[in-house]
Amino acid sequence: MTMPRLLAPRSAQRVAMTLMWAATAATVGLLLFIIGFVLRRGASTLSWEFLFSSPRHSGALGGILPTVVSTIYVSAAAVLVAAPLGVAAAIYLAEYTKESRLTRVIRSGTDALAGIPSIIFGLFGFAFFVTALGMGWSILSGGLTLGLMILPTVIRTSEEALRAVPRHYRDVAQSLGASKWQSIRSVVLPAAAPGVMTGVVLGIGRAVSETAAVIFTAGVALKMPFSPFDSARTMSVHFYTLTMEGISDDMAYGTASVLVVTILLINIGAYTIMNRLTRKYR
Amino acid sequence: MTDKIQVRGLDLFYGTFQGLKQITVSFPARQITALIGPSGCGKSTLLRCLNRMNDLVAGVKITGTVMLDDADIYAPGTDVESLRRRVGMVFQRPNPFPLSVFDNVAYGPRLHGERNPVTLRAIVNDSLQAVGLLGVEGVGLGQPALSLSGEQQQRLCIARALATAPDVLLMDEPCSALDPIATAGIEALMQTLVARYTIVIVTHNMAQAMRASHRTGFMLLGELVEIGATERIFASASDERTRDYLAGTFG
Repeated sequence: MTMPRLLAPRSAQRVAMTLMWAATAATVGLLLFIIGFVLRRGASTLSWEFLFSSPRHSGALGGILPTVVSTIYVSAAAVLVAAPLGVAAAIYLAEYTKESRLTRVIRSGTDALAGIPSIIFGLFGFAFFVTALGMGWSILSGGLTLGLMILPTVIRTSEEALRAVPRHYRDVAQSLGASKWQSIRSVVLPAAAPGVMTGVVLGIGRAVSETAAVIFTAGVALKMPFSPFDSARTMSVHFYTLTMEGISDDMAYGTASVLVVTILLINIGAYTIMNRLTRKYR
Repeated sequence: MTDKIQVRGLDLFYGTFQGLKQITVSFPARQITALIGPSGCGKSTLLRCLNRMNDLVAGVKITGTVMLDDADIYAPGTDVESLRRRVGMVFQRPNPFPLSVFDNVAYGPRLHGERNPVTLRAIVNDSLQAVGLLGVEGVGLGQPALSLSGEQQQRLCIARALATAPDVLLMDEPCSALDPIATAGIEALMQTLVARYTIVIVTHNMAQAMRASHRTGFMLLGELVEIGATERIFASASDERTRDYLAGTFG
């Protein structure tokens, strides 16, 4: 007995295609809408002057230069923490362990860490780095906290990238007399580099846009930071403060515009580099 | 005829499964020895014992001795990395690294500390010359290795193995991913290389063993059933199992 058909296969295919196309279009559309919305509200404020001068009257007047610099410092500190730790952990998991109970525990632990709300990281960073270790509200505290927060992302994407490298690369390298570490360093890591980069860039994106975890750890100081121990206000925290304290909506959206464009540029830059890396010999 | 490699009483276990049983065999210097037999008979496993590639497989236990020249390669304290330089390996599928032709061939020498560009250049040229790739149209030194044809890639992989200056070349079904013309090319190359290297080749293809080897060994269920001059094995094998296999009764 055949089931009565609701649609001919051909029509069903057409419907499915349309739905999938619509889903894709909705995603891209939403992205463009959000960017457009932010940029339109921020357009009146944007200028070189806004970008390159210091804020006055709590940010109601003037520019946002210190917050741009702070964002760069805090994110860079986070990447300096997360990239080496994350890549090392990924190499250990992908290359040096057999699949076992222990690796499953480590992996689900990593996933759980990725699922912890950022404000919890903020509170932890405040209690541990700011208070217990006495680092105070500083770029260092913020960077370390963000570094821990993006660590799982870096570990999991790097691990996947390493596992995607064909098994035979390792065999060939070792058959030529490479030690295990030499084969990883000279063949496996370069082949996995684009994937590892993706993880790091996703991490940078999260670090740059994070608010909750930095407001408790890097603080809200509006002056230009000069040392890792200075308190600093990132762009997203600045936006949050300007809006929540009703200081200036125009300034808030101006800041948001710079933030959105920065994140777009980071992504475009990363994909360009990745394409170069992967195309070179393929 | 001196023996380059002598295997004595070799047993290999994967966990509790015995993959190789009391293998005793010698491989004469500068001869091509072919190992044939049905899938899973242990011929590739035996090949991988000769450069200790089985060490990389978890749960493998090996007993017995494998003498390369006068030293047991399984003796404690053996430098496995330098052993693998002396015993090169070519794999089933052409598998160049996603690097340039030059960087593929220079990989081994660089690994072992060769940094001098002039020396590297000379090694790369010699190795490519040996496999007939030097000066071939479309095979520039800076060319991506993955843009070469299948046969050229396999030749490049042989050159890469030669660049570490081995005495022995292990070939694990090196033509199974190639068409008949490319296969003939690789077989002809083996005939020139054998003047300088001891070659052990595992093959699925009985006709290839007959065409391209001096000696042929037949393996079945982890045992080396018999080994001898290729003409004799194919004309009048002494073991019934070998005769049945060559006649196509099974396998």
